[in-house]
Amino acid sequence: MLWLGVAYLAALAALLITSLWTQNDFTGNIERVWTLDNFHDLFTIPVYRTITFRTIVLAASVTVVDALLAFPMALFMAKVASPRWQRVLVIAVLMPLWASYLVKAYAWRGMFSSSGLVESVAAPFGLGTPGYGLTATAITLAYLWLPFMILPLYAGLERVPDSLFEASADLGAGSWTTLRRVVLPMVFPAFVAGSIFTFSLTLGDFIAVKIVGGTTQLLGNVVYDNQGAANNLPFACAVATVPIVVMVLYLAAARRTGALEQL
Amino acid sequence: MRLPGGLRISLWVTSALVLVFIYVPLLLVLLNSFSTSRTFAWPPPAYTTHWWQLAWQSQGAREALWTSVRVALAATVVALVLGSLAAMGLRRTRFFGRNVVSLLILLPIALPGIVTGLAFQNGFRTILGIDLSLWTIVIAHATFCIVTVFNNVQARFARLGGNFEQASMDLGAGPFTTFRLITLPMLRSALLAGALLSFGLSFDEIVVTTFTASATDQTLPIWIFQNLFRPNQAPIVNCVAAALVLFSAIPIYLAQRLSGSSAEGMTGAR
Repeated sequence: MLWLGVAYLAALAALLITSLWTQNDFTGNIERVWTLDNFHDLFTIPVYRTITFRTIVLAASVTVVDALLAFPMALFMAKVASPRWQRVLVIAVLMPLWASYLVKAYAWRGMFSSSGLVESVAAPFGLGTPGYGLTATAITLAYLWLPFMILPLYAGLERVPDSLFEASADLGAGSWTTLRRVVLPMVFPAFVAGSIFTFSLTLGDFIAVKIVGGTTQLLGNVVYDNQGAANNLPFACAVATVPIVVMVLYLAAARRTGALEQL
Repeated sequence: MRLPGGLRISLWVTSALVLVFIYVPLLLVLLNSFSTSRTFAWPPPAYTTHWWQLAWQSQGAREALWTSVRVALAATVVALVLGSLAAMGLRRTRFFGRNVVSLLILLPIALPGIVTGLAFQNGFRTILGIDLSLWTIVIAHATFCIVTVFNNVQARFARLGGNFEQASMDLGAGPFTTFRLITLPMLRSALLAGALLSFGLSFDEIVVTTFTASATDQTLPIWIFQNLFRPNQAPIVNCVAAALVLFSAIPIYLAQRLSGSSAEGMTGAR
């Protein structure tokens, strides 16, 4: 059981340490000289600030889209569907999780291709495919992480007793008020639990962006482009600390809502 | 239970739309694999099985598939052993920082894969000076697979408690006999679910893999990714993708057979 402690944490620590080293521009060797240059570059070069900002906004919007899609679905599964249908729907939501990540991202490449399905469905409405870009990336990522949001919300909603719905209705609340004032506060931890995945997975993504994002750059692309023998590994490490810091802050905040017990 | 009619109907409609949203892209992959169009034009101009024949004969795809299977098997075995040991260790002892350890075990799934991948690459190459190989992939994969095994086993322990084992010890069985006759059968379906999940995760993983694979080791996801942008290979890649969509029904079926409540083991997946 010390594997994780030793292997994983040591690797993480080494990552932080390497981010403080530098690379010799001529030989490409990593020199173990302590410097904050990498972080200095990261904060002062405008393009990296833009990319960081874009990535975080993207992660937030993917999370919001997933929450909006997942909540009605989860509510339907937990409170409307018959037990038999509940099982079927759980499987229907789980099934895409087993389909390869790459295949799903790839599927959206087909969807968004010019003269693809989205194009031909949207054409009668005078719309077109968004093409490969940030919008396509957001939709694809929201699609990829949707089950991670539906399942915790479903589990959370199942725990809300039916009697609360009735009590709220008896006290004169409409269904919208009941959802907003009674149900939402109760499933908030479940929502946070799901958002840990949608947020974290988006922060680190570089594959889907490459497939449907056109030339869009996210933090993940910067890390990916700087790794490997010929590139600047210390700088890649410095960039990778950004998602670490964001996620640690996020987890610390999530802890307070009691969401971690729901994972 | 009875929800008000208007709400019921709108929930019904939204759920149906979400399901359509989930399944249309996957069906499109299946359909496109039979399309004669190389650019996935909609609707497909005509249908053919030509690409499936090519994909079946593709040497690269076959080798990559075999590599993926080997890596996933090795990672699963490592994860099974270490994950269940970790769960057993944490269950028996109440040492200082037990909660911290539980939280740490979550880290590999809570942090983006790119961090895990880069951390391992850096650890192997810069710090330890090891060249990347199949084994580095296995080690990296095993790290997040351990988490899934650990979660499954721990949930099972939490549900069943330790009474049976105590009874067994009281009746004179040694620790090994107890483990063999009581603990292991108790854990069997949890271990199977964990193994299934680990295999699936490792087989499908690409982010960590790109960072820990050497230039010559290609798992199936990496093969797909590298051939995705080559116009000539695109229809073949599509066939492989379609095959993977079909195969993903197998673990779901197995998981259903395995435990009535598949939700227990499967929701903790990364």
